[in-house]
Amino acid sequence: MTNLKTTYLGMQLRSPLVMSASPLSEHVDNIKRAEDAGIGAVVLYSLFEEQLRMERQALYHYLTHGSESYAEALTYYPQLGEFKTDSSGYLEHIRKAKEAVHIPIIASLNGTTVGNWIKFAKQIESAGADALELNEYSIPTDMNKSGAEIEETVIEVLRAVKSAVSIPVAIKLSPFYSNMAYMAKRLDSVGADGLVLFNRFYQPDIDLETLEVKPSVILSTPQALRLPMRWIAILYGRIKASLAATSGVHTAADVAKMLLVGANVTMMTAALLKNGIDHARVVEEGLRQWMTEHEYESVNQMRGAISQLNTEDPAAFERAQYMKALTHYRPDMS
Amino acid sequence: MSPREITTIDANEAVARIAFKVNEVIAIYPITPSSPMGEWADEWAANREANIWGSVPQVIEMQSEGGAAGAVHGALQAGALTTTFTASQGLMLMIPNMYKIAGELTAAVIHVAARSLAAQGLSIFGDHSDVMATRATGFGLLCSNSVQEAHDLALIAHAAALEARVPFIHFFDGFRTSHEVNKMELLSDADITAMIDGDLVRQHRARALSPDHPVLRGTAQNPDVYFQARETVNPFYAACPAIVQQVMDKFAKIVGRQYKLYEYYGAPDAERVIVMMGSGAEAAQETVDYLNERGEKVGLLKVRLYRPFDIPRFVEALPATTKAIAVLDRTKEPGSAGEPLYVDTITAIYEEWRHGAMPGVVGGRYGLSSKEFTPAMVKAVFDNLQGARPRNHFTVGITDDVSNTSLEVDSEFSIEADDVVRAVFYGLGADGTVGANKNSIKIIGENTNNYAQGYFVYDSKKSGSMTISHLRFGPRPIHAPYLISKANFVACHLPGFLERYDMLKDIVPGGVFLLNLPYPAEEAFARLPRIVQQQIIDKKLRVYTIDAYKVARESGMGGRINTVMQVCFFAISGVLPRDEAIAQIKYSIEKTYGKKGDEIVEMNLKAVDNTIENLFELTIPAQPVSDVPMLPPVPAEAPGFVRDVLGMMIARRGDDLPVSAMPIDGTYPTGTAQWEKRNLAQEIPVWDPQVCIQCGKCALVCPHAVIRIKAYEPAALAGAPETFKAMDAKDTEWHGLKYTIQVAPEDCTGCGICVDICPAKNKSAVNLKAINMRPQPPIREQERDNWNYFLNIPETDRRNIKISTIRQQQVQQPLFEFSGACSGCGETPYIKLITQLFGDRTIVANATGCSSIYGGNLPTTPWAHNNDGRGPAWSNSLFEDNAEFGLGMRIALDKQREYAGELLQRLSAQIGDELVSALLAADQHDEVGIYEQRQRVAALKQKLAGMQSEDGKQLLALADAFVKKDVWIIGGDGWAYDIGFGGLDHVLASGRNVNIIVLDTEVYSNTGGQMSKSTPRGAVAKFAAGGKPLGKKDLGLIAMSYGSVYVARIAMGAKDEQTLRAIIEAEAYDGPSLIIAYSHCIAHGIDMGKAMRNQKAAVETGQWLLYRYNPEREAHGENPLVLDSRPPKLPVKDYMYMENRFRMLTLSKPEVAKQLLEEAQHDVQTRWALYEYLASRDYHKNGSEH
Repeated sequence: MTNLKTTYLGMQLRSPLVMSASPLSEHVDNIKRAEDAGIGAVVLYSLFEEQLRMERQALYHYLTHGSESYAEALTYYPQLGEFKTDSSGYLEHIRKAKEAVHIPIIASLNGTTVGNWIKFAKQIESAGADALELNEYSIPTDMNKSGAEIEETVIEVLRAVKSAVSIPVAIKLSPFYSNMAYMAKRLDSVGADGLVLFNRFYQPDIDLETLEVKPSVILSTPQALRLPMRWIAILYGRIKASLAATSGVHTAADVAKMLLVGANVTMMTAALLKNGIDHARVVEEGLRQWMTEHEYESVNQMRGAISQLNTEDPAAFERAQYMKALTHYRPDMS
Repeated sequence: MSPREITTIDANEAVARIAFKVNEVIAIYPITPSSPMGEWADEWAANREANIWGSVPQVIEMQSEGGAAGAVHGALQAGALTTTFTASQGLMLMIPNMYKIAGELTAAVIHVAARSLAAQGLSIFGDHSDVMATRATGFGLLCSNSVQEAHDLALIAHAAALEARVPFIHFFDGFRTSHEVNKMELLSDADITAMIDGDLVRQHRARALSPDHPVLRGTAQNPDVYFQARETVNPFYAACPAIVQQVMDKFAKIVGRQYKLYEYYGAPDAERVIVMMGSGAEAAQETVDYLNERGEKVGLLKVRLYRPFDIPRFVEALPATTKAIAVLDRTKEPGSAGEPLYVDTITAIYEEWRHGAMPGVVGGRYGLSSKEFTPAMVKAVFDNLQGARPRNHFTVGITDDVSNTSLEVDSEFSIEADDVVRAVFYGLGADGTVGANKNSIKIIGENTNNYAQGYFVYDSKKSGSMTISHLRFGPRPIHAPYLISKANFVACHLPGFLERYDMLKDIVPGGVFLLNLPYPAEEAFARLPRIVQQQIIDKKLRVYTIDAYKVARESGMGGRINTVMQVCFFAISGVLPRDEAIAQIKYSIEKTYGKKGDEIVEMNLKAVDNTIENLFELTIPAQPVSDVPMLPPVPAEAPGFVRDVLGMMIARRGDDLPVSAMPIDGTYPTGTAQWEKRNLAQEIPVWDPQVCIQCGKCALVCPHAVIRIKAYEPAALAGAPETFKAMDAKDTEWHGLKYTIQVAPEDCTGCGICVDICPAKNKSAVNLKAINMRPQPPIREQERDNWNYFLNIPETDRRNIKISTIRQQQVQQPLFEFSGACSGCGETPYIKLITQLFGDRTIVANATGCSSIYGGNLPTTPWAHNNDGRGPAWSNSLFEDNAEFGLGMRIALDKQREYAGELLQRLSAQIGDELVSALLAADQHDEVGIYEQRQRVAALKQKLAGMQSEDGKQLLALADAFVKKDVWIIGGDGWAYDIGFGGLDHVLASGRNVNIIVLDTEVYSNTGGQMSKSTPRGAVAKFAAGGKPLGKKDLGLIAMSYGSVYVARIAMGAKDEQTLRAIIEAEAYDGPSLIIAYSHCIAHGIDMGKAMRNQKAAVETGQWLLYRYNPEREAHGENPLVLDSRPPKLPVKDYMYMENRFRMLTLSKPEVAKQLLEEAQHDVQTRWALYEYLASRDYHKNGSEH
């Protein structure tokens, strides 16, 4: 029997298949289903501080809008006692998820200020999350801010959160750093327990009929796999932090590739949204089959086998490979 | 015992707190000004608060006050302690049950915020007309004069009713008391418990109907015994006053405040005495003190127990020295011997006076519809008694130059004490001024030894409304239920008010004037109108300015300047030491907004900190320096009545109008809103002809009819202003014509819904459309000229307009314009469309509600007429009877048409057969037919003009009946689904040709968003705080079940062509038509400028189906039902969570919200399946499937 156990963020997981942050985890039933389907850990959907703030402001606006203006209608709503527009709903969800399953629950957080990252991280820890994934989801557009400043902020947030909580902390990054290797090293040195590679952003699209910009959710495709694959291969063995592959993991083959380049875990969303959570069983079965066919006994045995450190051709993961790909490219003449 | 809580609340809350504590069943229905009592009860029940027996009362909303009274009667019969709250017309609907409840000697209390009754006009304001109309019911009538009294006497009423077995109306003045915020002491649960005798409660229960000890109650009685049986209750009424007094005495022992049934106040040896009840007695009491201190001998008899009227106690309470009595009634009984309290007083004196010569008694009316009643008026009443022959049946507070009843009042007379801070704030509804002032009252009233009072005057318009707050703070309890006329602090929160209202007329010399002005302090004075400058100089005022918008904006508060202006008030009024005041404000911000999130607290705190450094005192020059004039309330060219009468109301000087200025029977001219230029919009739409595709949608959706379109001959452009825009008409049928879209710049409210709906985009910058919002002030003058020019371009001939497409139809002139509806209103576009199509031949029956308020509230009204003088004639009867009201109109019109036809035939020899038969057989289904018929009628009138016969004269008077007339019955869902449903149903079944449109906002919008049976599942509304658990009633399906009613459901924002088609078909259908129109509403918690998107989403998700059901189709072998919606293509969540009314439940009760969302989605599916089935039934086979 193949051994799927792996370690991630210092935690023992029964499988390298992890359900990544998505609306699927909004329902405890789904988390339970994921556990039943063999998933090793679940990353909850993100607590977006900005969203909570906007929700509160919208609520405040609409509850007061039009009030105290007209004698017959001084208000338009009943005065309800309490609104859950703070993190309490999210924290409650962590508690319920923890009660429902045995697999680790990793909370995900996106804050706005260092102080608030710390505040929410502590709340999440108290609510019982096994680990925390910092979701560094931002698109810098300020023309007066240098890349160095932005990087410094990310480091600062991680450092602050690490010193505030004792549960493991991973950080999910975008691939858009000048030198991802340097960034990874810095995060590692500040104590990141794991790097989650990479964040995917909603990409705007144009509706040619209405001439409007439409924010579109494009689920990852298997092609998206290549980017994290390269960077995990490069980082494997060079930093202490665990490596999680996310984006484009759809099939057992994808999982196998990621483990071979050095991922501790592989995270899936698109495939589960598309095929249902039970698809995890199919992936797991496929992984086992591949391992059996290729005589791998365990995930640990696979991990990093084709990383840059261990590959026959280390340059293959670097820029030269790109040059080579281009020079060897020939149109299909058939 | 721990000290009782001191608080600052209004009487509605003070009364509701008692009623909630001592009842088990509370049946409610919204009506101004009593609605908040029901809302409080519902909220407390929703929050699981308990009565004194530890149990949460059952609170149930009924379909009408009649329904509430029935439920109260039933609950009482089944043994529950039961109450209700109401006012005015609501109380009228309760009267039948009140006779029963009293006749059965049932202990109960109805709390009434006393309000005027609709007579020549409706009024939401306070007087005793409603209560007085119930005095024969057998209910006791107990009156409170202040907020504290209302709290205390509410309890006394409940306790006394239980003991006396006489039910009570406990009443207090609507608005003046119900909405006045005053410092008062709350009774504790222990107090309340001590007042309610458990044995009496058990006796009440023992009298209930029960199969365990069955009785029969409610027999039919005959001439032999009814009379005797009616007399059996006498001992209870005889005993009742003593019982009430005992309860008052017990209350005094427990609480310390002693009340008397008839409470005399003033000089023990007074010769002149006023007898009255209600809040006016507070003003009288203060004036009595003032006059007696100055050597007069006057007194006041406050009547608390009006029914049962205790003659001995009443007379006994009067000083033996009394020589002259003035009885003041806050009601009017035309044709009576005198108003009721006056008549009762005479009877009492006649029967019981034991001190020699009877005092003279005169009666007078005061304070109708919250008319001010001031110390000066009290003095005038006393002065009247001093004369040898005091005027009787007088009025005070108005100038009656018709019947000469009014007493002279010295407007300079004031008794305001020097140590009372009197502050008046002019704010804009949306800026939070009232909320901030209520907060200031709390700060001072609850945290210092000072007393505090607040009263708030609101606008008659819903959009851009002005609020005036009157606040008093002082070292003694404040008994001043009248507006401040000697202010020592005036604040103007909106710069635009300066040139429109005389805010300084009532400020005392040396007073403080605070201004929010968007100018640097050094420029501020020069910007003020000259008259304002002169007043500042003459009265030696201290003037402070702040750019509050800037401070609010920079603190993250947007346009809400409430906190900024509140800090200014405390900083310069000196009512509290500045540092203490600021600390209190900050504390209160934390307390108020803490739950709403840190950032809301932070931005308010930031605003506090930023205020002081931006507040400046102005240096006042010796002479005025500006030439800025005040704006006239209406332009000089307005018609005389508009200028002289309505203009006075607009300028807030309506109180100065004499009786002779008023129409005698409530009849007003139409087309008056055009004269009230409100200039509300910061930004207005500006047309870009380069981009325009001439679809007409902007004009269609405009809620205020400020976007107009004309297609006209090019010659009309000769002499057009330079900036006037025109383009060639694109419609092929209008080849050679010019086309203009023009905006009325001073009438626009700036909602922006036109821009949002515009489908045309600028090819080079898609954020620009064919109509774009631009700042109003720079283009106001230019566009005013353009608008006036546009109005003079001839209207497109109605015969040449194809009404079946919006692009042509929208050139029709709207005859409903510039209403006071909310900015972005979802109802008014439908009304406007109807007036464009049929306004010149329509009579409107309008149910009470939003549409009757923005449609009929003075001063100016939106229903208009065209250049021929034709337009909708409009009336409002009641809330509950609107369908019947409209049906009555239809029947009258039909009868007149019938009789006119009979006369025509009788006179055919003189008139000529050709004209007669053409008149009788005219096809008037379109504009051409109507035009031709009008020509015939004109010819007929010419022929009839010289006729001397009675028939000829009769026919001349009825000749217009030959032209087609429409009846449109308009109302909201509160009317159609709830209170008026029975009548609506009957009218639908009548087969008569009426057109009914239900402006369905899914809540009682006008009274503040209470649930109706139209409210959809999952929506939070008042009386549905936990989200409405049940689905919306399908009114359309009910109407369709008759098979003879045209029914359509429409949503303009989803499919405007379907809306147009349905309205045209409904009008054409010769029978009853019912249109249910989705009307977005401010109560939905939505962006009103983008609300058409909500309509679209409602349809696309299947929440709102579009269809037309035309019985005529069946005759052609077609299914009468045509579904105009496509199958739901989006989850209903996508629509629901666009709106705060649904979304807020996910934040308050997430689990419930989830459940209700699932059920709502299920509703969508089952509804679609049902309608799809109904629309697919084959009618062809048998001709009919019914």
